[in-house]
Amino acid sequence: MSNNKTLKHCLKIQLRVIGALLMREVITRYGRHNIGFLWLFVEPMLFTLGVTTLWSIAGFHTSNIPIAAFALTGYSSVLLWRNMPGHCCGAIEPNLALMYHHHVKVFDIFATRILLEIAGATASFITLGIVFTSIGLINPPEDILKVMFGWIMIAWFGGALALLVGSLTSRTEIVEKLWHPVSYLMFPLSGAAFLVEFLPDLLQKVVLFFPMAHGVELLREGYFGSSFRPHYDMTYMAIANLCITLLGFSQERVVSRSVVPE
Amino acid sequence: MIKISNVVKRYHTRRGESTVLDDINLQIAPGEKVGILGRNGAGKSTLIRLISGVERPTSGSITRDMSVSWPLAFGGAFQGSLTGLDNLRFICRVYGTTTEDKIPFVQEFSELGKYLREPVKTYSAGMRARLAFAISMVVEFDCFLIDEIIAVGDSRFHDKCQFELFEKRNDRAMILVSHDPFYIRTHCQHASVLVKGKLKSFDNIDDAFTYYDAHSWEVT
Repeated sequence: MSNNKTLKHCLKIQLRVIGALLMREVITRYGRHNIGFLWLFVEPMLFTLGVTTLWSIAGFHTSNIPIAAFALTGYSSVLLWRNMPGHCCGAIEPNLALMYHHHVKVFDIFATRILLEIAGATASFITLGIVFTSIGLINPPEDILKVMFGWIMIAWFGGALALLVGSLTSRTEIVEKLWHPVSYLMFPLSGAAFLVEFLPDLLQKVVLFFPMAHGVELLREGYFGSSFRPHYDMTYMAIANLCITLLGFSQERVVSRSVVPE
Repeated sequence: MIKISNVVKRYHTRRGESTVLDDINLQIAPGEKVGILGRNGAGKSTLIRLISGVERPTSGSITRDMSVSWPLAFGGAFQGSLTGLDNLRFICRVYGTTTEDKIPFVQEFSELGKYLREPVKTYSAGMRARLAFAISMVVEFDCFLIDEIIAVGDSRFHDKCQFELFEKRNDRAMILVSHDPFYIRTHCQHASVLVKGKLKSFDNIDDAFTYYDAHSWEVT
């Protein structure tokens, strides 16, 4: 097997392993009962639906912002970047026995969970977008490319953060304990529940320190950009994402060297 | 050929670094059967895990020109919440072989009956070992790493395993870890002894046993 270590061959093995891990995750997380793996996107969908309803009733009637589109873009993006690190916390431990098979690496386990979360959040976002548009609750996106670009950047941010947080949790338990309060506190600062435009100058600077805020602003510009003035700097977000990615990979290397299968 | 060169393995413990394997050298040719002797805790399983590639050496290198199995041991290699069948599917996917045609063999060989569709965590140690052995016969390797797994089950199951492994797959290389002299004598051409983290290889099995008997009391 190892006498043919071309990149193509390795890639083939990696895809095979991630495919097998995807099936394994789906079975243990959702089982084969009732709607099974459909929960993958029904769950975030219910979340977003609930939040959209609440925000619409409570009403942020400050201007001509379409509240349903505002809630859909805001909460979907939170689920996108927050669920990945959440599910990569302590991801290694339940999979230790599977690492007896030497093709299964630490990175594959994180990659699997990251892919699953991206798939779930994306399916939920697209489904709700189509449903809301077809019942006339929101208008279709003004610029679908901006929506896609914003979404991809938020996914990158979440995936990189997941790699970092997931690796750190397997080095020390403290990180797992800290991640939950931190992710909760980051929610109001992530730009999901407001537009940067509405904030005072000082707070704008604070919020725009967080990379995902830029992504959310871009996403919203793509959806309803004509009704507000977006604030973002995608170069800043890309550099921040890149730094987190590199940091994540460096920690993943440390963990993969020291991990001891059961 | 598997070539182990100057391999060192250290673990962090509460009382500082502990060297489990110290400058190990070993070569395994295709079809060769090597026994590794050592007391409990001598580092036999660690060596097997390094050879299989599930753990990395602290220093030194291991090159493999043939496909190597995972360490066939009592436990391990299974995800407890998955059923035996789903574990089989997982392993087939990981190693890139077809799955569905393997189910009848595993069902028959493991003698698990309806329990094949129950989570592995509900299995007894014996059931787990039967499943482990059945699944490991489904994927073909050039070299099998065997960590005392055969000493399991009743004598009839034992015979079945012997036939599958040592008769049907007699052309493969094998590395057997055991403290059972009879077992090593029956199946191996050469033996190595692990004492105090050092591996000493012998061409003649009797010499290996003489050394083992003389040194095995030395604590690591």
